Amino acid sequence: MATAKIMDYDAAIELFEPVLGFEVHVELNTQTKMFSDAPNPAARGNVPHEPNTTITPVDLGLPGSLPVVNEQAISYSISLGLALGCSIAPSSRFARKNYFYPDLAKNYQISQFDEPIAFEGMVEVELASGKTFQIEIERAHMEEDAGKLTHIGGATGRIQGAEYSLVDYNRAGVPLVEIVTKMIIGAEADAPELAKAYVSAIRDIVVSLGISEAKMERGNLRCDANISLRSRADVAFARASGAPLPLGTRTETKNVNSLRSAERAIRYEIQRQAAILYDGGTIIQETRHWHEDTGVTSAGRPKSDADDYRYFPEPDLLPVEPSLELIESLRAALPEAPAVRRRRLKNAWGFSDLEFQDVVNAGLLVEIEETVAAGASPAQARKWWTGEIARLANASSVDPSSLVSPKYVAELALLVELGSLTDRLARQVLEGVIAGEGSPAEVVESRGLAVVSDDTALIAAIDEALASQPDVLEKIREGKLQAAGAVIGAVMKALGGSADAARVRELVLERANA
Amino acid sequence: MSEITTDVVAHLADLARIALTPEEIETLAGELGLIVQSVAKVSEVATPDVPATSHPIPLVNVFRADVPGPTLTTEQALAGAPEHDGSRFKVSAILGEEQ
Repeated sequence: MATAKIMDYDAAIELFEPVLGFEVHVELNTQTKMFSDAPNPAARGNVPHEPNTTITPVDLGLPGSLPVVNEQAISYSISLGLALGCSIAPSSRFARKNYFYPDLAKNYQISQFDEPIAFEGMVEVELASGKTFQIEIERAHMEEDAGKLTHIGGATGRIQGAEYSLVDYNRAGVPLVEIVTKMIIGAEADAPELAKAYVSAIRDIVVSLGISEAKMERGNLRCDANISLRSRADVAFARASGAPLPLGTRTETKNVNSLRSAERAIRYEIQRQAAILYDGGTIIQETRHWHEDTGVTSAGRPKSDADDYRYFPEPDLLPVEPSLELIESLRAALPEAPAVRRRRLKNAWGFSDLEFQDVVNAGLLVEIEETVAAGASPAQARKWWTGEIARLANASSVDPSSLVSPKYVAELALLVELGSLTDRLARQVLEGVIAGEGSPAEVVESRGLAVVSDDTALIAAIDEALASQPDVLEKIREGKLQAAGAVIGAVMKALGGSADAARVRELVLERANA
Repeated sequence: MSEITTDVVAHLADLARIALTPEEIETLAGELGLIVQSVAKVSEVATPDVPATSHPIPLVNVFRADVPGPTLTTEQALAGAPEHDGSRFKVSAILGEEQ
């Protein structure tokens, strides 16, 4: 594969305005497929199956077989449509998308064409900087997934040079919802990050609805990214002359199978297209493949007559006309939108943008929410989860949530706030809790880790420390309070850390000036 | 209704993977043209308040419960395959891609 010429990203954005569009496919995690009662390989908690073992005559398109719509898939699709802020069509139909390719045995895919189940929605997407974008959704339609081809011969399983292909139809017929955005203008230099944030927002939504396993690495969630560039000079000229704004030729990048690839693929396409346009070349309207390993896209099939899918209404399936009662009951059951929930929690907790982003990135929102609900302060909850617990979890390669319950973290945080434990002691208590020694209170009891709060013991230790460091005592008396640190350190050490540092400091100053 | 030209027929034949001779294309263009014209007569009586319909029977919402049923065994699934590797269908490499 020849390496394409690319332009410096900042230079590309200076000269060209990116216009984006996304098609995200979501595999629903129903128990069975869209049109057959074969087990759905993308079902909740499902494990990989041997090739061609989750299929029925319907999935193979055998003569005489008839598809029947999965009711649960309809409900899930409506819920997703509602969560995307879409209107739900009072009547929608399935259509045949005709094409010849062995990923579907019947030479057409059952999809929806001019009557999708959901249309005209809006998704709010937030970037790391806190900047938000309203992404307009054109439609969300139902369809069936296709089988999986493995190309044999040729380099690294790619189609080029392959001698033959092996087909596994397990995935054929898995319920899909394809979410199509309207053209996204105005992302500018944020375009790559917006791509990532958009796919992430869709993932959050389907996870909150519980309608998809949503694992990108398994193909439960897939993104096709459309991008075109238009020269800023052309846009300015069109604006000045009142002409319609020009649109560049777009490419559609497929195989974008992670959030990181979404960001990188868009960035790469902007740089590649900018280099071609800058040299006076033209962009070919085509499908491009993203290669995660090399970080580039390569040309796929050019858009041509082959895209004439001759859609027509699927004669084997009847129209879907969800009742208002069904739609409204699904609407009432919608969980709080992830973006709304995040905003609510951020305000309630008073975290900085950076602190909150850390929590989101670490996937600890639920843990902290439950810890706060159990009585800890948000700051303490964040400190424990993103600090010591995350560190211990990381060291043993497990999820933080698997180590300790939010209830125990709250109890621990409370003991620290009450002054019964120092941070150092609390970390030992946490170790005990993780080791299964019981609740924090029980570990404090069994390990004898309570803070020494008896002033007599503290004063004895302080007097001793002051006596052994007369120069420090002198400085404190002269008003150099920072010198007290040395004495506090010595006292804490003498008491094995089981003292409240703030109280020690108070007493040190009191005793020094006594 | 767009006219059924020989180009249209050739294009459709290509999309449907049907090999047609120039004579067949010529004949079919005439015949298909006549069929389309006849069907178009319907629109003469259809008023705008008659909605387009895809199904003649007034039936909607035919669903099934989301409950798994029996599946084919791999042997049954592959029974009609001209070629297979024991678990998967074998097809000649086609320079194309998933849609």
